Amino acid sequence: MAKIKVHGLPFSSCTARVLACLNEKQVEYELIPVNARAGDHKKPQYLSLNPFGLFPALEDGCLTLFESRAIIKYLAKKYEGQGCPNLLGSTVEEEAVVEQWCEVESHHFNPPCYALVSQIIINPLKGGTTDEAVVESNAEKLSRVLDVYEDRLSKSKYLAGDWFSLADLQHMPFLHYLVNDVGKATLISSRKHVNAWWEDISSRPAWKKIAVHMKFPSK
Amino acid sequence: MAMIKVHGHHLSTATRLVLCCLEEKQVDYELAFVDLSAGDHKQPQYLALNPFGVVPSIQDGDLTLFESRAVIKYLATKYRGQGTELLGNNVSEQALVDQWCEVEGQSFNPPASTILFQTFVVPIKGGRTDEAVVKMNVEKVVKVLDIYEERLSKSKYLAGDFFSLADLQHLPCTEYLINGCGKGDVISSRKHVKAWWKDISSRPVEESH
Repeated sequence: MAKIKVHGLPFSSCTARVLACLNEKQVEYELIPVNARAGDHKKPQYLSLNPFGLFPALEDGCLTLFESRAIIKYLAKKYEGQGCPNLLGSTVEEEAVVEQWCEVESHHFNPPCYALVSQIIINPLKGGTTDEAVVESNAEKLSRVLDVYEDRLSKSKYLAGDWFSLADLQHMPFLHYLVNDVGKATLISSRKHVNAWWEDISSRPAWKKIAVHMKFPSK
Repeated sequence: MAMIKVHGHHLSTATRLVLCCLEEKQVDYELAFVDLSAGDHKQPQYLALNPFGVVPSIQDGDLTLFESRAVIKYLATKYRGQGTELLGNNVSEQALVDQWCEVEGQSFNPPASTILFQTFVVPIKGGRTDEAVVKMNVEKVVKVLDIYEERLSKSKYLAGDFFSLADLQHLPCTEYLINGCGKGDVISSRKHVKAWWKDISSRPVEESH
């Protein structure tokens, strides 16, 4: 059987999300780097895989998929019987709670994190400047979200319950950037249960293999 | 068995999405009104259901859920075998449903809901619609709809030749864009998007709202 192909870049948060899931499910894959500097992700060959011109895209036999959060759900279902179990829970109700915290990541956690990474890392890389007012307002939004997480994680070892799920995995790339690259580690370390959760999930072997490659290119 | 209880507001797009799904799945429910103008959604009683203080939330027996896109997935899964099938028939089809659901959540909804916010919410709060912000977000919506046009030229619905959660997810916001914000031309100027919209918005469930 042909290996799964992932088109993307190892430091891209969404590519890392998919690679982490493949590792958790012990699925072999081939990473095909896309030359973003040359604009290859906006050319017809890549657009035929992902018409939005974003990373990553996945090929599994005849199936082509994009949107990392959809891809990891597919992998969790297809490979239910191998690797880390119950990434989507083991009942309809558990799956619903996993989906709920996946949506929280998508709509409450991701937007302010993305804004921070854009302002602090991406803009300077492109020769632009950091807007400190935007940084401050998004750090504040993220703080409010993490207060909810702190309360949740004081009652539950992981977001969906007492087992590691896609909901936790979905957060890992931007948590990594927050702690390592944008100078906002205190948002995590100042919250006892959020910090314990991050220490736990970031020490998973499947994640550590990905984290070493999550370095932004220099200018 | 107790009915599903939806805590929400009849004008909220996220609440409407959940109600639409309940109707497609032919599931009885009760709508408990959350008075947003009175700030009920920020009171402890509501925050106990949804700590993010947004509508809707649902209660189904012992289970409380929030995030409308997660709620509709739960309903579509729990009620497989009744009403409209909304998830596809196998793992690959379900992946395509999830993919286009993510597209709605990540690429379509942010600019579309910004247009709605500027048009409806800002004036209610005593401010003025920022037309430059509306224009910028209409341009973003248009870019997404160009991709939909291409997709729908090959496929009757977004995930394939079957109506799914991915199409349903677009209904509430798009209805407001056309009927409340006067942006119907972004739909009607694209042949396949127009045909798709005519089809999904004329489903009996949708016409009753």
